[in-house]
Amino acid sequence: MGDAQGGGANRMREVSYIERSNRPLHVYALMYLAFLYIPVLFLPLFSFNDAVYAAFPLKGFTTKWYEQMLASEPMFAALTNSIKVGATTALLATVLGIFGAKAVTRYRMPGKQPVVFVIMLPLVIPGIILGVALLILVTRLGINLSLYTVTLGHILISVPFAMATLIPRFEGFDKSMEEASADLGANAWSTFWRVTLPMVFPGVLASYLLCFTISFDEFIMAFFLAGTDPTLPIFIWGQLRFPLLLPRVLALGACILAVSFVLVFIAQWLARPGAIRSLDSRP
Amino acid sequence: MSNNDAFIILTGVSKHFGPVVAVDDINLTISGGEFFSLLGPSGCGKTTLLRMLAGFESPTSGEIFIDDAPMSEVPPYQRPTNMVFQNYAIFPHLNVRANIGYGLRYDKLSKAELDRRIDESLEMVKLPGFGTRRSEELSGGQRQRVALARALVKRPKVLLLDEPLGALDKKLREEMQLELRALQESVGITFIFVTHDQEEALTLSDRVAVMARGKALQVASPQQLYNCPVSIEVADFIGQMNFIDARVIEVEGERAVLEARGLGRVRAVASADFVRQGAQVVVAVRPEKLSLSYESSSDGRCSVQGEMKTAAYLGDRSHIYVTVDGCEKPLSVAAQEVESSSGQPIERGSEVWISWADESLVLLPVA
Amino acid sequence: MNIHRVNQATPGASLGIASVTSWRGKLRAVFLRSEAIRGYTLLSPTLVVMMFGMCAPFAIMVAVSFWTQHAFDFDTTFTLGRYQDVIDKPIYMALMLRSLAISGACTVVTVLLAYPMAYYVAFHVHRHKLIWIILMTLPFWTSYLLRVFAWKVILGFNGVINSGLKGLGLIEQPLEFLLYSPTAVVITLAHAWAAFAILPIYVSLEKIDRSLLEAATDLGDGPVKRFLGVTLPLSLPGIIAATLLIFIPTVGDYVTPALVGGPSGIMLANNIQAQFGKVNDWPMGAALAMAMMITVAVISVVYIWVTRKAAGRIV
Repeated sequence: MGDAQGGGANRMREVSYIERSNRPLHVYALMYLAFLYIPVLFLPLFSFNDAVYAAFPLKGFTTKWYEQMLASEPMFAALTNSIKVGATTALLATVLGIFGAKAVTRYRMPGKQPVVFVIMLPLVIPGIILGVALLILVTRLGINLSLYTVTLGHILISVPFAMATLIPRFEGFDKSMEEASADLGANAWSTFWRVTLPMVFPGVLASYLLCFTISFDEFIMAFFLAGTDPTLPIFIWGQLRFPLLLPRVLALGACILAVSFVLVFIAQWLARPGAIRSLDSRP
Repeated sequence: MSNNDAFIILTGVSKHFGPVVAVDDINLTISGGEFFSLLGPSGCGKTTLLRMLAGFESPTSGEIFIDDAPMSEVPPYQRPTNMVFQNYAIFPHLNVRANIGYGLRYDKLSKAELDRRIDESLEMVKLPGFGTRRSEELSGGQRQRVALARALVKRPKVLLLDEPLGALDKKLREEMQLELRALQESVGITFIFVTHDQEEALTLSDRVAVMARGKALQVASPQQLYNCPVSIEVADFIGQMNFIDARVIEVEGERAVLEARGLGRVRAVASADFVRQGAQVVVAVRPEKLSLSYESSSDGRCSVQGEMKTAAYLGDRSHIYVTVDGCEKPLSVAAQEVESSSGQPIERGSEVWISWADESLVLLPVA
Repeated sequence: MNIHRVNQATPGASLGIASVTSWRGKLRAVFLRSEAIRGYTLLSPTLVVMMFGMCAPFAIMVAVSFWTQHAFDFDTTFTLGRYQDVIDKPIYMALMLRSLAISGACTVVTVLLAYPMAYYVAFHVHRHKLIWIILMTLPFWTSYLLRVFAWKVILGFNGVINSGLKGLGLIEQPLEFLLYSPTAVVITLAHAWAAFAILPIYVSLEKIDRSLLEAATDLGDGPVKRFLGVTLPLSLPGIIAATLLIFIPTVGDYVTPALVGGPSGIMLANNIQAQFGKVNDWPMGAALAMAMMITVAVISVVYIWVTRKAAGRIV
């Protein structure tokens, strides 16, 4: 009881000197979170507002923008395209990521640093440069712009993220498990299927979901590489020119945000440190 | 120093981490210039206690006085203590000189004076010429020396050492123990030393506090700890000991007569008031206080017959385990060689006699 | 690699099945023996895709930047004319400088805003740390386009801020400087790239051994001195990484300037995009892209060099 009454002072005394709470910093952190989230939350807010313009004061609650959005054929076509591209990108990028992550974490290789640097390069190359370079390449090769070219571009920017997600997973479990499997007579392939993959599976799933989200939301490269079939972000870009369509875009944006948030939250949760341990303790 | 005998005083110091009581009502007095060790298994609260002295943790209750000043309101950076961290905490972005000089920035020293102080302390820890190295270029032992120099150059009133030798290999550790002791004697300040290694604590310290479950079980000199432990727990932690259940038959002043399981009637010094007629106690005896022979003792020592079971060779000595009828566990007897006092080798399964002097038996309360 | 070549030479020199099998056996032995070869074999699919995906487009882009556009085809005679244009025509230089200035400002603002946040999570969040990390990075994973769009909604002429302030009676006329200005671009980018600043800084702070901070305190540092003496220098790698991760991509951003930048906030990337669109001068676009890449690369290298030097000076 004494402890509970002691309240803040006691709790402060429990943490060590270095970790003592810092109230201004705490307030700042909450403000920063607000800065991160509030702008994004205006989209769903105004998507239910019964007015064409996204402005205060709010005019009243309506779901008609959502109904209009759902009635839009081109929107669904773009959505289907985006899902196709996203699913393929995520699959291929994750497979490439598994190869890369396993090689990088399990083998001593000369020149590993520069090789990893090359693979991670798309992280820091401006999207527009990669986009136009690919555009030039595919047109010079005489390939028509299509969802395939978009997928190619998206794989390039997704692999670094897949690697970044998977490498900690591979590092996180003991190499001796694979060695034990080999010692017990399993060949490399069955060791991979029966030991490695189950151990890194949360990471694999996380990588898939992240790559899907990246591709699903990517605009800059898709803008250059998509042919006549638009992906969802390109569809939205086209709609932005028409002020009257704005509420519908808000509704669509709110839906996309919701889906992205859920997918990424699941992915981050799966990829959390200690995910393997919880898998271990499963009966 | 006005109050040298009670330079550091801890009164009722406790530390709770939520429901966990890490340090439980510790009362201690440490004198100036003393080499004082906190000894105990991991999780016994010794490091927490040290960190409270440094100021990194605040006591949940109780007060710490250093040189008569209460410490609870004094932040760590203003305390007259300096610390050698378990992992040494050498700043990786600074070289050795900058590490040692780090704490001197506040002393407003001239450049020449600063250099002199740093050189002096490098000399003191036998690292002259290492000033421009970085921490990753140093061996474990060298880092430890830099950490020592960095703390001592501040000329603290108390040096706190958190298992500073734990990361070193055995040989280096023994070397550093000697150096540390010599260093303490030359600088003359109080050292408070945390360790889980009982041998290290006994070698180095003027006094040792044996800790378990946040409490100080016994605070005494190494000799007292070894010869007169106050409880089974302390006795068990310091070296090896044989424990035999016994009942007190009668007490006559300083002398007690007991009925010990397997040993029969024995005499011992009635050390404390728990030794009352009819009380259950534990008789404890060190292996090296027992001796082995093929015959029953004739020089008036007590003895008991048993069967030699196994021997463990420890290099400088051996421990011979002898089963005695009625005793729960075999008794461990230390011997120079696996042979009886008459020089004949002892074979497994042979009948032997164990004998001891009355003074070597220690009476302990039942746990 | 050497061993590899020797083995490939062997079958040519010797005929007969026996030697072929022994050649295969040898290759197998080399494969099993050399960890590096096995590693690279495993890495090869990823490496090949990434190498091809990066090198081929860049090679062809470099080639195109030396060509000339003729209606819908290229004159493939080598010319430095486009690069001459980049330097001679004031518009390109102005756009380049503006891009650099805007991204530079955005980088500084983003890192300054993110540092205390990363510091807070690294040192003052003890429970549910993961939740905080996810919370900080979650918006980053959502559509870039939509986040920029959200700022357009907020900063717009009839947007959230203006309509809100008007509704409260604080202003008569909408504040015009909010939207379609470099400031709007900086604010929007600082929001959009927050995660790229927070994560590396957080990681570098989290890596700092707590006992180093305690050692600094023990040696007499108060909180501020401790931060300047230990925390800040040790988090420098995170700051450098964050700076580059934000500066490099934002120089090439065109969504944000197009949506919230207005004429005064237009950046070089918008021009590059136009070269591949309505202007239809691909060689010019390629040359501009190359110029942008080279400039950014030079700035990054100099920046890394200078910060390393400066970090060395602290000692």
